[in-house]
Amino acid sequence: MDLASAKMIGAGLACIALVGAGIGIGNVFSSLIGAVARNPASQGQVQPFAFLGFALAEATGLFGLAIAFLILFVF
Amino acid sequence: MAIELNPLEQFKIERLVPLHIGKLDVSYTNSALAMTVVVVLITALIIIGTRRAALVPGRLQSLVEMTYEFVADMIDSNVGREARGYLPFIFSLFTFILLANLLGLVPYSFTVTSHIIITLALALVVFIGVTIIGIVRHGFHFFSLFVPHGVPLPLLIILVPIEVLSYFIRPFTLSIRLFANMLAGHTMLAIFGGFAAAIGLAAIFPVAINTGLIGLELLVAVLQAYVFAILTCLYLRDSIHLH
Repeated sequence: MDLASAKMIGAGLACIALVGAGIGIGNVFSSLIGAVARNPASQGQVQPFAFLGFALAEATGLFGLAIAFLILFVF
Repeated sequence: MAIELNPLEQFKIERLVPLHIGKLDVSYTNSALAMTVVVVLITALIIIGTRRAALVPGRLQSLVEMTYEFVADMIDSNVGREARGYLPFIFSLFTFILLANLLGLVPYSFTVTSHIIITLALALVVFIGVTIIGIVRHGFHFFSLFVPHGVPLPLLIILVPIEVLSYFIRPFTLSIRLFANMLAGHTMLAIFGGFAAAIGLAAIFPVAINTGLIGLELLVAVLQAYVFAILTCLYLRDSIHLH
């Protein structure tokens, strides 16, 4: 297998990490919706945490994407 | 259609004014120009906004005051009132990253924070600063940060290396989070733009996707600046309060 094909396969495999990002983000916002539905007055308190959680969950998935780009364009 | 080079060509650094000090390359690059624009813009906004300080603020003064209050509240609720001394640093960090991210969304401009070296520099400043603050304030008791309370000894032997590792990985996660978000966003915009350029009339679909993506990128730009700032506050709290 030559380097170019191996790079393509490696980059594709690295993108599987985004599954975790999707599940995590879905979890965060589902909890936000559940919390606000139970107690609408808490929305102002809970929403900043929801956005923080979204950013951190997305970041972990994007670490995988960064590795994919690293494999494709640096090596 | 070559998809290898095109999406990442927007991140290429070009020397606008070549300068060399001996063997050191200190050229003024497009990245440096973008950073200069960001700093000048922030300074101008704040100076002009607070020039004629009215008791009932106009739009620009309101904007500046709201940003200040936002950062001040963030510090008060996450670190404590006594840490207000760190506000200039965290305010500068927040507004720099915010405006650098937002300016990158302007077409044909350069995204400063999409280069790992820049985000790593910012993250290292935060990490080294916070560690020094902790050691100066607490002396060797600072290392009790790695030893959680009320944990039996066999568990401690596994736990302490994990805690140390997750402490030292902070500058890298901080920088890679910002860098990867910016890189991924702009690369996707460029890729869909490339599709739109290549497929004639059906280009409406990639363009529609790009429109949605720009909205998402706006959210991500603001959010990543907020996340960087609030994580700095949290790391500062860990160093000052050691819990």
